[in-house]
Amino acid sequence: MATANDTDGDVLVRVENAVKYFPVKAGGFLRHTVGQVHAVDDVSLVIERGKTLGLVGETGSGKSTLARCVAGLIPVTSGKVYLNGTEITQLSRRAMRPLRREVQMIFQDPYSSLNPRRRVGAIIGDPFAIHKTATGAERKRMVQELMERVGLNPEHFNRFPAEFSGGQRQRIGVARALALRPKLIICDEPVSALDVSIQAQVLNLLSDLQAEYGLSYLFIAHDLEVVRHVSDKVAVMYLGRIGEAAPADSLYSQPRHPYTVALLSAAPAADPDAAAARQRIILTGDVPSPIDPPAGCRFHPRCPKAQEICGRVEPPLVTHDDLDVPKAGPPAGWQSADAAGPGVPGIPGGEAHVTACHFPVVSGETLASARTAAIAAEREPA
Amino acid sequence: MSVTELEFDAHLAEEGQASGGPVQGRTQWQLTWRRLRSDRVSMIALAVIVIMVLLAIFAPAIAGLTHHAVDTAYPVNGENEDGNPVGPGVNGFLLGTDSTGRDLLVRVLYGARISLFVGVVTTLIATVLGVAVGLIAGYFGGIIDTVLARFTDAVLAFPYIVLALALAVVFGPSLTIILVMITFFSWAGIARIVRGQTLSIKEKEYVEAARSLGAGPFRIMFFDILPNLLAPVLVIGTLYIPNAVVFESTLSYLGLGVQPPTPSWGNMLSDAQNFYQVAWWYLVFPAAALLITTLAFNLLGDGIRDAMDPRTEKLIAARRMRRRQTRRSANKGNKQAPSGLAVGGAATADTGTKG
Amino acid sequence: MAIVGYLIRRLLTGLVVVWLVATLTFFLFFTRPVETVARNLAGHAATPQIINEVIANLGLNQPIMTQYWHFLNNLVHGNLGYSYYTGESVDTMLRQDLPPTISLVLGGMILWLIVGLSVGIISATRARSVFDRVSSVGVLVGLSMPAFVVGELLIGFVFQPLYSHGFHFFNTGYAGITSGPGPFFGHMILPWITLATIQAAVYTRLSRGQLLETLGEDYIRTARAKGLSERRVVFRHGVRAALTPVLSQLGVDLGQLLGGVVVVETVYGLGGIGQISVEAVFQDNLPVIIGFVILAAIFVVVANIVVDLLYAALDPRVRIT
Repeated sequence: MATANDTDGDVLVRVENAVKYFPVKAGGFLRHTVGQVHAVDDVSLVIERGKTLGLVGETGSGKSTLARCVAGLIPVTSGKVYLNGTEITQLSRRAMRPLRREVQMIFQDPYSSLNPRRRVGAIIGDPFAIHKTATGAERKRMVQELMERVGLNPEHFNRFPAEFSGGQRQRIGVARALALRPKLIICDEPVSALDVSIQAQVLNLLSDLQAEYGLSYLFIAHDLEVVRHVSDKVAVMYLGRIGEAAPADSLYSQPRHPYTVALLSAAPAADPDAAAARQRIILTGDVPSPIDPPAGCRFHPRCPKAQEICGRVEPPLVTHDDLDVPKAGPPAGWQSADAAGPGVPGIPGGEAHVTACHFPVVSGETLASARTAAIAAEREPA
Repeated sequence: MSVTELEFDAHLAEEGQASGGPVQGRTQWQLTWRRLRSDRVSMIALAVIVIMVLLAIFAPAIAGLTHHAVDTAYPVNGENEDGNPVGPGVNGFLLGTDSTGRDLLVRVLYGARISLFVGVVTTLIATVLGVAVGLIAGYFGGIIDTVLARFTDAVLAFPYIVLALALAVVFGPSLTIILVMITFFSWAGIARIVRGQTLSIKEKEYVEAARSLGAGPFRIMFFDILPNLLAPVLVIGTLYIPNAVVFESTLSYLGLGVQPPTPSWGNMLSDAQNFYQVAWWYLVFPAAALLITTLAFNLLGDGIRDAMDPRTEKLIAARRMRRRQTRRSANKGNKQAPSGLAVGGAATADTGTKG
Repeated sequence: MAIVGYLIRRLLTGLVVVWLVATLTFFLFFTRPVETVARNLAGHAATPQIINEVIANLGLNQPIMTQYWHFLNNLVHGNLGYSYYTGESVDTMLRQDLPPTISLVLGGMILWLIVGLSVGIISATRARSVFDRVSSVGVLVGLSMPAFVVGELLIGFVFQPLYSHGFHFFNTGYAGITSGPGPFFGHMILPWITLATIQAAVYTRLSRGQLLETLGEDYIRTARAKGLSERRVVFRHGVRAALTPVLSQLGVDLGQLLGGVVVVETVYGLGGIGQISVEAVFQDNLPVIIGFVILAAIFVVVANIVVDLLYAALDPRVRIT
């Protein structure tokens, strides 16, 4: 089993150049492959111990697929995934089994992620049964402890999921994920299906648990505000690639990728004045199909700053720290090594603020004006 | 959110208010039984089936009571001057006699033993087989599914009569052959339905969750998929029993099933063809027994299907409201019950509160 | 062009199925000891010499594979062999006995489709009315009646009393359409009703259920809101969608139909291929049996292909792949 040379003992999960294509089949009897869905196209990232990596993107960006690759639920087409130094991409199902205790998942839909025909106690106790770690009264005790820890009444042990509200069901999911004290919990849009008031409760529960048990989270969402609240590091995905990744504060205060800027501009702001003052960037066009992604930078057909090179050359994921003049000195945690010259590649999930763009947004630049300029340039006779 | 959740919650909100403390969640079986109980037609059907089963079990005892053995002809009492069967109530034959003077009542009851035995046993075995095949085919997919599904389709498409005839002739008609044959043709229909259900259940998130926990395929099939299959399987099973009964009697009618002198409703009806004009009872009573049995199972199967569907909760509540309404207006003489109140009551029961 | 490819593929698979069926039946009958077969044909009182003669005549003592080879050879040339019993060519026999069966099947099918679909549609549009409740009861009763029971009851309580009172319209046995419409219908009406009873019940329930479900859909509400007449809504939109499962069921039923046909033919003495093959089975008359089986298999395959094509024509979502 290959082990990665992790100089950084803080790294729990390392993904190297993960690629996942799904074949598109056609034909009746002898079905042949007519195309590939490029769900995940060369993604690398790290997840540090005890930290949360937020993964943001639209539907079709590949974030859920990536999550499942990390969890070992679907095999990667190419690339490597390391869990705690062990490479899991080539493991058989049997060899993978003990490692499953280290990685667990919480799912998006609280209504379909729990078997409606099983009692809640059995559902939460499943991990113990599968891995044979506790039986009988011992198991029951541990399940009830878990229920209490996540904020459920342990006496509801024998109830069915239908008897709980959405928020409570999500807590059941959390309890189930927590049972074997995993190191990493992958949260696939865990609060998207909940009412806003309940979202906060569940998010707070997740952060309490992280503090108490030293958990790492891979937190997937499409709501930027939620991600900001929980994440230490954030990565933004677009059509199977990572467009930008940075520590949370850095991303939100100085977004570099035009896509990130557009996303942030679209997020509702609580303060109406701030909202009015903000520039709304409206992207033109639809998200292209992942079966036939655009050449060069995948975002270029919709990008207000796109130029000729963007349609040809894929921009590398590198830091662009020389572009900004920090207003009050480098932010905490900024490593001076990253600031040494442009184009230093960094791994999403690490400390560097990396962007895959030929013309990253500089602070003070407004994309709306960039767009006007681009349109004007088009109208000029070349 | 699905209607299902609302119904369950409403119900349990009502229950929960009644008793506090640790609550045993109601299984779907308990809820189904409650709904079934309130369905009069199904209850009658169930009663009929129970009576029929008891009669079949105690057939020898009843034969003893009438002092007529099942295979013995009674030419003296049992036939009239022309050598034809006597009618019901004559000479101590409650249902009359058959073509050779045997007690029709006793024979019909013994026929019930065969029919019920065949119906239940074949359906049980066919269900087990069908569920196993459908589950494996649906869950594993790929080549296993292709092979199993094609095989199932082939069995379903095969004209059963042909094979039935062939087997009966080749091996000679016997009860075992019938059991094997009927089972062989029943499991395929069940397997197909189970496979379809498995395919859709397999995509549910809780199955994915189980896999992410590290559960193996058999654990998932048994604990996660199977419990969700039981409801449709129960309905199908109940509805396959009358099919099996009919199948058996058809084969016996054609001469390929149970052979005389052992009585089966099928072979009795075959014999009765020659005696329409002189002994209507010989035709009517076995036919009635057959029809009542199949009708009862069909009604029960339908009833169970409706009872499993939580949407009928609304219908039952509405029915209850209507009954209470008419009762109230009857009690109060001519005063009309305030319909708004009744409807409002029903509405509250339906929505319930979220915990 | 995709359709042609599809048809070819289906026909090829169909041929394989037919071949498989024929082979299976063939070998199934060879588990019987040869002497027993010969004895059945020659009669129980036959002397060993006669039996040996029979065996030699029919070539029963040849090795299995030789017989199978002859059989396949003949089959490819369209020759289904000769009846062990009468020596007649099986082709001729089948051709003679086909008309009653076809009359029965076609007439019965038309009857059950008309009755089943109309009762189903009306019940769905007048859900919970008296008509609906009565027809539900009817459906349940119809579902519970085996064909031979219906047949016997009809013969015993309709045909016989009428006949003995001089009303000779109804008759058992078969009279082809060439004998005139009167006798034809007279002979066929009761068998049609017998065949159609269970099937009509199935189709009534199926079409009612499907139509009810479809009528509850949002797009039907939209059609009504647009102001379309109820009849148009029901027929143009509702029934169309509800028809597809009916069609699937038809496909399945056509396959199983030969079973039902056998019973009805036997009850009424119609002398169709169903009845003949039952007799052949009792006679161990292998060629006739195989002829029937092959015909049945071909029928099932063709019926399924036709139904699938109709399905694709009816439901635009289904593409011929």
